[in-house]
Amino acid sequence: MFVDFFLELREARVPVSLREYLTLMAAMRAGVAAYSVDDFYYLARATLVKDERNLDKFDRVFGHCFKGLETPLEEGHGIPEEWLRKLAEKHLSEEEKRQIAALGGWEKLMETLRRRLAEQKRRHQGGSKWIGTAGTSPFGAWGYNPEGVRIGQEGNRNNRAVKVWDKREFRNLDDQVEIGTRNIKIALRRLRQFAREGAASQLDLDGTIHATAKNAGWLELKLVPERHNAVKVLLLLDIGGSMEGHVRACAELFSAARAEFKHLETFYFHNCPYEALWRDAERRHVERTATMEVLHTYDAGYKLILVGDASMSPYELVQPGGSVEHWNAEPGQVWLARLLATYPKSAWLNPVPEHYWGATASIGMVRRLMEGRMFPLTLDGLDRAMRQLAR
Amino acid sequence: MSGFTGTSTYVATDDLRVAVNAAIALERPLLVKGEPGTGKTILAQEIAKALGKRLIAWHIKSTTKAQHGLYEYDAVARLRDSQLGEAKVHDIANYILRGKLWEAFVAEEAPVLLIDEIDKADIEFPNDLLLELDRMEFHVYETRQTIVARQRPIVVITSNNEKELPDAFLRRCFFHYIRFPDRETMEAIVAVHYPGLQHDLVREALNVFYELREVPGLKKKPSTSELLDWLKLLMVEQIPAEALRAKDAGKLIPPLHGALLKSEQDIHLFERLAFLHRRERGG
Repeated sequence: MFVDFFLELREARVPVSLREYLTLMAAMRAGVAAYSVDDFYYLARATLVKDERNLDKFDRVFGHCFKGLETPLEEGHGIPEEWLRKLAEKHLSEEEKRQIAALGGWEKLMETLRRRLAEQKRRHQGGSKWIGTAGTSPFGAWGYNPEGVRIGQEGNRNNRAVKVWDKREFRNLDDQVEIGTRNIKIALRRLRQFAREGAASQLDLDGTIHATAKNAGWLELKLVPERHNAVKVLLLLDIGGSMEGHVRACAELFSAARAEFKHLETFYFHNCPYEALWRDAERRHVERTATMEVLHTYDAGYKLILVGDASMSPYELVQPGGSVEHWNAEPGQVWLARLLATYPKSAWLNPVPEHYWGATASIGMVRRLMEGRMFPLTLDGLDRAMRQLAR
Repeated sequence: MSGFTGTSTYVATDDLRVAVNAAIALERPLLVKGEPGTGKTILAQEIAKALGKRLIAWHIKSTTKAQHGLYEYDAVARLRDSQLGEAKVHDIANYILRGKLWEAFVAEEAPVLLIDEIDKADIEFPNDLLLELDRMEFHVYETRQTIVARQRPIVVITSNNEKELPDAFLRRCFFHYIRFPDRETMEAIVAVHYPGLQHDLVREALNVFYELREVPGLKKKPSTSELLDWLKLLMVEQIPAEALRAKDAGKLIPPLHGALLKSEQDIHLFERLAFLHRRERGG
């Protein structure tokens, strides 16, 4: 039973190893969690999960393994929580309860649920078919059906067991979710590169001791430059048009990057970088900086981060004059290739969720141009991008 | 088994209790993470207090090296003594300064060792301590001696998540994430710190506090330690519970809010939201 649990955790991509499993066994033998399921849950969590991002996955697997609870629906089929918030509760008489027919076995129930989810588009409350709150349909919360499936219920109305792991309190710590500034800063911190540059101003104690020892005891002072974060970042942000919907995520990224990097240069572009970039997005028709100048000003030591949804007409990339805003003599892909040739360390961050990338032709094209170095603008994606850049 | 169940000044939730007891029973380090101000550092002090052991605290800074926890060789002092021709210069052991780990290893009774904010240090720091924490021994190169722990100390490590810790290190620890306390736990925490506080004051204060935490876009949400500070201020200033309840115009910002909101932007944001809220109500 425990081995299955362990294997299932690995399958859910919670990084557990044999060592942790053995630790859990040893702790059980030491009687840390004697005879209480809750204690066992806490113990298993403390032993097997080492990062709060994995707590939610752990809760799901634990619930599934030890209770036969519902497996989570496949991604993308989540039910909007708003549907299920408690708005009203329905009280049924004993007779009514008896009248509610069970729909059939577990398999059938889940099958029906899946079908129902696909059919239903709006929020629903009451009634006896659709998913929502306070109804008599087998699906939803705060209702009554003897064979019901409970979805996202906060309380415990009919006194059926809701276990701690069922509460899934760590849901928002999963690393696939949208990101906040502080989290971004932590992800960006991966890029830190400490180096000693500039004037020698600090006493190098070890060096001094070595030199003095070599001098047979005559003091010889050695100095080294101070150590500081020397990473240099060139950040190009897509604005306007289809990016409107992602403004918040981009603003968060930008403010985090500004706090994190001392050498940060920011420029804006629209859809795809062409022969000119803008320092200030509001004055973009007045003040422009030639891309060539940018390429010459900032050396190859800069790491290039492009942020954009890469959703545009394919002509913008391949056709001279394809830009939506102006006449461009050279197509977007030429300029992109130039940028990439100058800055070998580069990555493209895309606020569009990763599983929609296939739906837009230009995203695939940009991704090919970037040689696969396109990452979603989530904490996990940012992390991958920073690893790529730090390599 | 003498377990940890919280103390008269510290409320330990069930999951924390289990994690601490597992770490004590298996003599493995306990890694504690959580929002700032939820009592990570205090935990080690309270464990020491509850078990009647000595606390050895090692506070980590960005410049701390793993070696500092073991020992340091004070070469400069030796150099100076040699120039002055002192006799003790011939014994190198005179210039070996013991670190916190050494101190914890040779203590008469197993102490509680707190390694505070391990993520502040260099990325390699946890890796450099792997063997020492695992085997509880290390070698002093200068004097050719091996220091072995008499008893394995109880090790509590805190992290603020500024850097990721290496997997090999994590594998050797128990992990606990201190969740932000819910209302019930918070009431217990307040009761433990300020017994005999008027009940309605606590209730109103908690209302204000949780409402404040709900405000979207705050840079730093107030946490447990800030709530406790604020309550203390309210008591010292003798602010009545009614003052907190007052929802009339001009009083939407809680009294002494400086204890809860620590950044200028947050105060501005809150004032602006309070103003909008008032206008909505008025109109």
